[in-house]
Amino acid sequence: MIEARHLQKTFGDHHVLNDISCTFEAGKTNLIIGQSGSGKTVLMKSLVGLHDIDSGEIEYDGRLFSSMTIKDKRLIRHEIGMLFQGGALFDSMNVRDNIMFPLNMLTEQTIEEKMERVDFCLQRVNLENAHLLMPSELSGGMTKRVAIARAIALNPNYLFCDEPNSGLDPRTAGLIDELIQEITQEYHITTIINTHDMNSVLNIGDTISFIYQGKLWWKGTKEEVMTTDNQELNDFVFSMELTKRLKNSRV
Amino acid sequence: MKLIRGIGLYMQMLRRFFSNPGQKRIFRNRMINELYILGVQSLPIILIISAFIGGVSVIQTSFNVDGPLTPKIMVGFVTRQIIILEFAPTMLCLILAGKVGSLIASEIGTMKVTEQVDALELMGINSAAYLMLPKILAAMFFFPVLIVLGAGVSLISGYFVVAFSQIIPLQDYVEGLMLDFRPFTLTYMMVKTIVFAFLITTISGFFGYNTRGGALEVGQASTKAVVNSSIAIIVINLVLTQLMLV
Ligand SMILES: Nc1ncnc2c1ncn2[C@@H]1O[C@H](COP(=O)(O)OP(=O)(O)OP(=O)(O)O)[C@@H](O)[C@H]1O
Ligand SMILES: [Mg+2]
Repeated sequence: MIEARHLQKTFGDHHVLNDISCTFEAGKTNLIIGQSGSGKTVLMKSLVGLHDIDSGEIEYDGRLFSSMTIKDKRLIRHEIGMLFQGGALFDSMNVRDNIMFPLNMLTEQTIEEKMERVDFCLQRVNLENAHLLMPSELSGGMTKRVAIARAIALNPNYLFCDEPNSGLDPRTAGLIDELIQEITQEYHITTIINTHDMNSVLNIGDTISFIYQGKLWWKGTKEEVMTTDNQELNDFVFSMELTKRLKNSRV
Repeated sequence: MKLIRGIGLYMQMLRRFFSNPGQKRIFRNRMINELYILGVQSLPIILIISAFIGGVSVIQTSFNVDGPLTPKIMVGFVTRQIIILEFAPTMLCLILAGKVGSLIASEIGTMKVTEQVDALELMGINSAAYLMLPKILAAMFFFPVLIVLGAGVSLISGYFVVAFSQIIPLQDYVEGLMLDFRPFTLTYMMVKTIVFAFLITTISGFFGYNTRGGALEVGQASTKAVVNSSIAIIVINLVLTQLMLV
């Protein structure tokens, strides 16, 4: 479980996060939704300490992360896997070495154990034969999947996914959503997902936090999203004709 | 004001470059890799430039000491002094600032804007030291090798130019090369080179590391890296020369 309390973050005079308090539960897919530029990435990077917050507290299962030294933060980060918005695979390494990298850096496993783990992770994301491809040879969806494989290589307790399925076709997007949900439940991970994809929201939104104007505007489940009368959330969720029709048909 | 602030930030960054990079074995592998990329791959351009500059130096010097009163052995002497004191350490390092500096700044800059640096940090890795320390040490170790080779090739190419053109007797050139040789000049050359290697890599790393935005900014960072490390070389060259030779 990750708990954020009264987070504030500004860039110059741009107030991006304004008093955000939020709990993300273990074994659930916790979604953060909001318009492009609403501060989802900033929130996620603040939670893992890649951005220094101006004030507020962040707790990882009772451990007060926000006031730790960088050394202690690094130890917590060993338990974190993160899928970055652009994949952030290391250009100079092939797929296998990308996934093996955290194992090399942070464990004392033998080469056989590491190879086995790489095979397992790649299998998990349905990319059995991609070991030797370079990042430049991957399609967008494959990049995301390799990035997920790398994020889960160390069996993380916390998984952060920044727009795991943006720019993918609906089928691949759905597969990735399901994959994330599966590993979350299987290993009881605390998973946080940034998205503005309504399919994801309706498919895997165990909890949903809606960020609007730097604030946590609304919080609920995927069922509640469909029936909410929050004006801004409705404008955001039902901006698409299709979802609008879906809602009307339900009413 | 901006300059002072920049130098302050640079100093802070230096502290991060020189912190614990983690796993020794991986560090060693990266170091070997960087020796190859920054060092060995710079060999061709260094050798080509040195060969031509060596030849040109000989011709120009002999053109300048063409009076009946100046002994011909001055040609070899002056050429040697120019090459060891200034051409090899300073000019070749300026060339390396262009080649290696832009390479480092664009590599680190690209990793920064594509969140690869964040990914490293997120794995709990000290990204600044992990990425930069092998480059800094590799350059400080291998640039002296490049510079010595460069100086050697210059003097040898001077020899061939003399041999073919017969502008002065070959014997005089060789005697001039040996004339009043002081080993301290080699020390001076080495010290300069090692300091310049440090400046080039750290300044380029600094600009690479501070890249924000996208591909355009990576290009700008790379330009800034080359310009600023060149200026630093020229300024520190004056300081070192004042300190060591006067
Ligand atoms: N390093 C930074 N420096 C200054 N401003 C920033 C920085 N990072 C983000 N911002 C600003 O913070 C705001 C939120 O950005 P953020 O990347 O979190 O949006 P987002 O919700 O992730 O959008 P998207 O869905 O497009 O990824 C933006 O207005 C952006 O300009
Ligand atoms: Mg984002």
